[in-house]
Amino acid sequence: MKKLDVLVVDDEPGICSGVQRILQRFTVSYPFMDEDRGFKIHEAYTGEDAIDFIKQSPPDIVLLDNKLPGIQGTEVLEYINKNNRDIIVMIITSYASLELAVKATDQGAYDFIPKPFTPQELKSAMENVTKNIFLRSMTKRLNKEGKEVRFQFLSVLSHELKSPLNAVEGYLQLMQERQAGHDISGYDQVIERSLQRIKGMRTLIMDLLDLTKIQSDEKDKKYEEVNLTETARGAIESINPYAIQKDVTVQLHGEEEVRVYVDPNDMEIVLNNLISNAVKYNYDGGQVDITIGRDEDGVRIQVSDTGIGMKKEDTEKLFQEFVRIKNDQTKNITGSGLGLSIVRKVVDLYGGRIDVDSQPEKGSTFTVFLPIKTYKSETTTL
Amino acid sequence: MSDKKKILLADDDVDYLFQTKLHLKQAGYEVIQAESQREAEEVLQSVKPDLAIYDLMMETEDSGFILCYKTRQKYPDVPIIIATAVASETGVSFGLNTEEEQRWIKADLYLEKGIRKEQLHKEIDKLLNS
Repeated sequence: MKKLDVLVVDDEPGICSGVQRILQRFTVSYPFMDEDRGFKIHEAYTGEDAIDFIKQSPPDIVLLDNKLPGIQGTEVLEYINKNNRDIIVMIITSYASLELAVKATDQGAYDFIPKPFTPQELKSAMENVTKNIFLRSMTKRLNKEGKEVRFQFLSVLSHELKSPLNAVEGYLQLMQERQAGHDISGYDQVIERSLQRIKGMRTLIMDLLDLTKIQSDEKDKKYEEVNLTETARGAIESINPYAIQKDVTVQLHGEEEVRVYVDPNDMEIVLNNLISNAVKYNYDGGQVDITIGRDEDGVRIQVSDTGIGMKKEDTEKLFQEFVRIKNDQTKNITGSGLGLSIVRKVVDLYGGRIDVDSQPEKGSTFTVFLPIKTYKSETTTL
Repeated sequence: MSDKKKILLADDDVDYLFQTKLHLKQAGYEVIQAESQREAEEVLQSVKPDLAIYDLMMETEDSGFILCYKTRQKYPDVPIIIATAVASETGVSFGLNTEEEQRWIKADLYLEKGIRKEQLHKEIDKLLNS
């Protein structure tokens, strides 16, 4: 078994032997780690000894008491920060000097563990540190390969594109083999599912096109005067058949004219995505409210729905590529997982902000703020 | 008592689940299905399958790997197949070709989704009888 070297720096011999006792049989396991990790304990009673030890054979982890007879723990920490940044430092401290410990974490200590500690406290602290060390080494490896981002996007993309192909292919084979008899009506569900998957794939391809559009060069952008209220109306119109089917009411509030100088494509992407999401993730008979407002600093687009909403932890990953919130309620809603990541990219392009406020089963509100100048046109050009 | 071999099949693609389950049943296996990593973990609590087939990307991008790891911990002798649509042509493959990959990915076999069902049966047979 691989062992991590742990240097305990404490002038109380009891602490060293205590750590020794608690950790000698303790191991940490973690997915993908090829084998469990154990710990090998080394001791130093003063800061000077600790630095000597680190110079000769840098350990993986240092458990550092702050109050030492000679130089203080913070000085050892400073030394490590300067010379051996890979070492993870845990401060051991009494409750009385917690404040100091917090300061130490600001100065680069990984965490602290209050003294006296129970075996369980020490173990869980060591578990965290071990995972951190492992993940750090993995990240380093991936970064070195320089492929991480491209790999992630491409592999997820090919996954998303191939899954529907596989599904449809499988259903066609099933029909070819007449698995449900010779009567075509026996295959209704199979055909319905195939059509669903093809629809999902089309959405994905459309979203990918959007993505390439917004990632194109600045010089390819076509800026012109756009009335955002007009754009919103267009977006509502295109989602309307679906809204009627779901009996969702879509209402537009705010001013008749909010004119901005933008690439109209970009604003269509933002409004189409937000409004269609608000309908898609709504309950039957629900409501969608769109408000377009402006102030001195810019424009604010707000889209609220009375839909299924989501948990706080889900909102945090919502804008990442290919992230879809998976649960029983979203299971049968098709989506590429790209829409909101695209919206976010557009908003970033204009130096804006997008926020989401959501409550499960109550609904979500997406607010986009764009720091762009608005004006009323002198003449009505429409 | 049925002497059918039990296969745990975990995949968040309901269509893939439906089709593969059908194939496996026709081939004479008993199939326990799970639509997520979480569901599969629940199954593993009470059931020891004879073989497991896991999709790679479910709740997270590496759900399949995590399931492999957890299965190995609880039932070291259960063979595991990872089936995924993650393309090998993206430049980074998850094959089990090098020794390092085998150490890292605790599956016995890595299969590209969309392989012919005869091939799938052959691979399962091989793993069950080795």
